[in-house]
Amino acid sequence: MAQLATQAPTVSAPRSPRSGRRTTRTNYELYGWVFMRASGVLLLVLIFGHLFMNLIDGDGINAIDFGFVAGKWASPLWQVWDLLMLWLAMIHGTNGVRTIINDYAERTGTRVVLKSALYLSFVVVVVLGTLVIFTFDPCPAGAPADLLPSFCTA
Amino acid sequence: MTALDTRENDAAPSDSTMGAVPSFDVTLRIRRFNPDAAEPEAYWEEFTVTAHGTDRVLDAMHKIKWEVDGSLTFRRSCAHGICGSDAMRINGRNRLACKTLLKDLDISKPILVEPIKGLPVEKDLVVDMEPFFASYREIMPFLITGGNQPSAERRQSPEQRERYDDTTKCILCAACTSSCPVFWTDGQYFGPAAIVNAHRFIFDSRDEGGAQRLEILNDKEGVWRCRTIFNCTEACPRGIEVTKAIQEVKRAMITRAF
Repeated sequence: MAQLATQAPTVSAPRSPRSGRRTTRTNYELYGWVFMRASGVLLLVLIFGHLFMNLIDGDGINAIDFGFVAGKWASPLWQVWDLLMLWLAMIHGTNGVRTIINDYAERTGTRVVLKSALYLSFVVVVVLGTLVIFTFDPCPAGAPADLLPSFCTA
Repeated sequence: MTALDTRENDAAPSDSTMGAVPSFDVTLRIRRFNPDAAEPEAYWEEFTVTAHGTDRVLDAMHKIKWEVDGSLTFRRSCAHGICGSDAMRINGRNRLACKTLLKDLDISKPILVEPIKGLPVEKDLVVDMEPFFASYREIMPFLITGGNQPSAERRQSPEQRERYDDTTKCILCAACTSSCPVFWTDGQYFGPAAIVNAHRFIFDSRDEGGAQRLEILNDKEGVWRCRTIFNCTEACPRGIEVTKAIQEVKRAMITRAF
């Protein structure tokens, strides 16, 4: 402690102390935590239901082709099922990666870049996926006949 | 030191091997850092000392400081696992040097001794505990009551006392907080120790500041950053079920919110 009397050198290594924490008094993290658990349980049902219907039920994996997917999306049940799966999985996954970035990115710059990329990819996938589920047309008018599935009668 | 000397004298007569404390050479590889050096940089230094089967890591470090290199710097006060001064990273695990027996470690290899992680190192094994205590102060670790002062003591049943008994054992050694990878990242997380001490008051039937403390720990850097990896529970020299306490605080928040 004698060094205090003389001029104490500034020690930067190995880490400088934190620069004060900004307080965030919202329930955002709480709801996020609960959502992860709830959506996890729901996703178990949705994903295994999806896998069963596609891979095991009926003719099994051999039945999957363009026509099979078109047939599924003709029914509102599967539209809702797939939409739920898409949104829940994307929010669940994005939130999970967000916490991983928070846990591992040490510099604010890295954090901002990684999170921006994450949120951008979230928006792209969700918008594109939702658009496809609702606007999917297996037999678009004017398309060459050899590219269309057999059930399309022009 | 007197205790050490007596032991050495006891073991000295070679004819009375019965009940003699076995002695052995042990090597400590200590992470050192001198802020006053021309180029302050952390480095490893090895010391080999003769120790006894009853010695703890702290005894070996005392021997180094008192007999080999007086510049070795570390904190210790009571040396009996109560004051919580000598938490350090021994063979990669956070322990109290005064509670870790050398015979329980693998002495065929050097014993690694490092300062606890995630806090700024000041010299050798001494770290700046201020960020740790800042979090501790923030959760208001004191009894908060309303209304008039009672004329007698504030009564509590044994069951009500039992509710938070585990978290009263904390000695603020920072072994748990500095074992937490989430705390290592940026030091912003409140850390297990602050949550344990909040738990001690949140579940105290006499305390009325529970809602305020839950509000504080509901922060972005509060309990929700806990990943339940149990490093803190493993590190705690008092055997507090730290992760369980954190989960109980989370549950209290959820039941309050819904």
